[in-house]
Amino acid sequence: MAGSTPASATASPVAARPAKSTSLWAEAWRRFKRHRLAYWSLWLLGALVAAVLIGPLVYKVGINDVDFAQKLATPSAAHPMGTDDLGRDLLARVLYGGRISLAVGLAAMLMAITVGVTIGAVAGMARGWVDAALMWVTDLFLSLPQLPLLLLLIFLFREPLKQAFGLEVGIFILIVVVIGGFRWMPVARLVRAQFFSLREKEFVEAARALGASVPRQVVRHILPNSLGPVIVAGTIDIAAAIIAESTLSFLGLGFPPDVPTWGRILYDGRDYMDLAMHWALFPGIAIFLTVLTINFIGDGLRDALDPRRVL
Amino acid sequence: MINYIIRRLLIALPSLLGISVVLFTVLALAPGDPFEDLANNPNVPPEVRMALRAQFGLDDPIWQRYLHWLGSMLKGDWGFSFISRINVDTLISQRIGVTIAVIGMSQLVALLVALPVGVLAAVKPYSWFDRIASTLAFVGFSLPTFFTGVLFILLFSVQLGWLPFVYRSDLSSTGWQWWVDQFKQSIMPITVLGLFQAASWMRYVRSAVLDVIRLDYVTTARSKGLGERAVVNKHVVRNALIPVVTLVALQMPAVFGGAIVTEQIFRIPGIGSLLIDAILRNDTPVIMAVTFVFSCLVIFFNLVADVLYGWLDPRISYR
Repeated sequence: MAGSTPASATASPVAARPAKSTSLWAEAWRRFKRHRLAYWSLWLLGALVAAVLIGPLVYKVGINDVDFAQKLATPSAAHPMGTDDLGRDLLARVLYGGRISLAVGLAAMLMAITVGVTIGAVAGMARGWVDAALMWVTDLFLSLPQLPLLLLLIFLFREPLKQAFGLEVGIFILIVVVIGGFRWMPVARLVRAQFFSLREKEFVEAARALGASVPRQVVRHILPNSLGPVIVAGTIDIAAAIIAESTLSFLGLGFPPDVPTWGRILYDGRDYMDLAMHWALFPGIAIFLTVLTINFIGDGLRDALDPRRVL
Repeated sequence: MINYIIRRLLIALPSLLGISVVLFTVLALAPGDPFEDLANNPNVPPEVRMALRAQFGLDDPIWQRYLHWLGSMLKGDWGFSFISRINVDTLISQRIGVTIAVIGMSQLVALLVALPVGVLAAVKPYSWFDRIASTLAFVGFSLPTFFTGVLFILLFSVQLGWLPFVYRSDLSSTGWQWWVDQFKQSIMPITVLGLFQAASWMRYVRSAVLDVIRLDYVTTARSKGLGERAVVNKHVVRNALIPVVTLVALQMPAVFGGAIVTEQIFRIPGIGSLLIDAILRNDTPVIMAVTFVFSCLVIFFNLVADVLYGWLDPRISYR
């Protein structure tokens, strides 16, 4: 706070009381709402998620209902997003694809966060050669060419996983693990830096003096205080994972052709752009809106969860 | 300076080795046997298959295989493409020029857009210009390159018919016309990649300039009576660029990712589309080699960033 801005809430003792009663999260929410774009993005993303989750229950058109009479139809009342070259309804396919894209984004984010927090926490607590080795690995991963390696891994491991877990689950696991496995490094660095400063703070020292074991210090005292930047990084990671999955599908190396992910529909529609531009346009807009709103929300969270901010 | 570059080169070597270990491990861990086809072939007895395995060293311990593989990579013996029927290194040297040209030009475009816009936005923070530029930057890096590419083709090739949407390496025209055609077919891929980069760079530049512009030495420069233009150009921008260079170097892997996608959309015959073709056709030697080349390029650009860093920040060179 540094006293640069006159603290309005604490200026008078009367006003101090309600300010005290607000919890940390209510305060963060208040700050988040001040970021207008982030606030409206949250609503828009909520609507998108709701549409993707509830939509297929309400809009009962099969994703594989072939109807050659309606081939490449432009958007109309019967087909709000038009149809593709086999006359399949695009709205149904985009809604279904959204579930996959969002699921991949969330799962890959969880994977990246888990690995990143673990490695960052171990490096931050252990220090010494363990820290040096882990950071060398982190730097190495940061300088790997991700997309080529992603493609290489999928090329090499697609068949065996397909046989082990079935077609869709196998590819899902592969894509999530590979995308998550390439996105943990920033989180690891953030967590390590946070641990370095937090472990020397008085409250951690107090916990140590009271005889708290190292795991307890980490789980109860250090980790909760370092979560802010991790949440922000996690939000941005969802967007990055969705883009990565769509890129793989767009290159023809993601989910199998009959599974309509957003990237795959866009890839299929690309060849018919002169005849039916709606085919490529709608899944592209879906990706764009999801990624844009997530990025704005991440920006809003960055403002909201930064305790140094006075806004 | 020379000393500094040599030291940086020596630091880059272990990362290159590390990357080669990762690549090799991936390949060694991958299930599947290169002689699997022979196993299903009734004309090839199992003994022949085993002899082949032994001859190609597949039964050696893994560290020995790694050293052998590394040795032949270093000697430039990168294998033979199953599909194109030529040596992999010839194939790559035919294709890499286009990739480097497209990436280099797009980085230049990104720099030319991001630097002035970022500086102007930071000089007057929260002005209308800053708000519009920042929002556009968000839109820019939320638009995946494959979607921008498709939109560009839709608008400029299909609707307006101004630009060709397939990149040709064998243009029939000559002389002046060749340059015009080359320019016309390069605009879209370079812009798609460049604008995507510019969007994220602009944010880096803006926040870096914002950090620097409040420092005391800038106030000193102003109070000496220097014009605003001189203060910003000579005092602020150079210092602000130091963190930007680091962030840009960290972005290099993403740039190559974008280049692969862009090459695929516009059918540019570079190593990115070579990689995709090789993967779709199971051409393992080409896949390995291209991935390795991409790794080398990333390391190389990191090196360039380090050298630039030393040039921008003289305090570093002599350490």
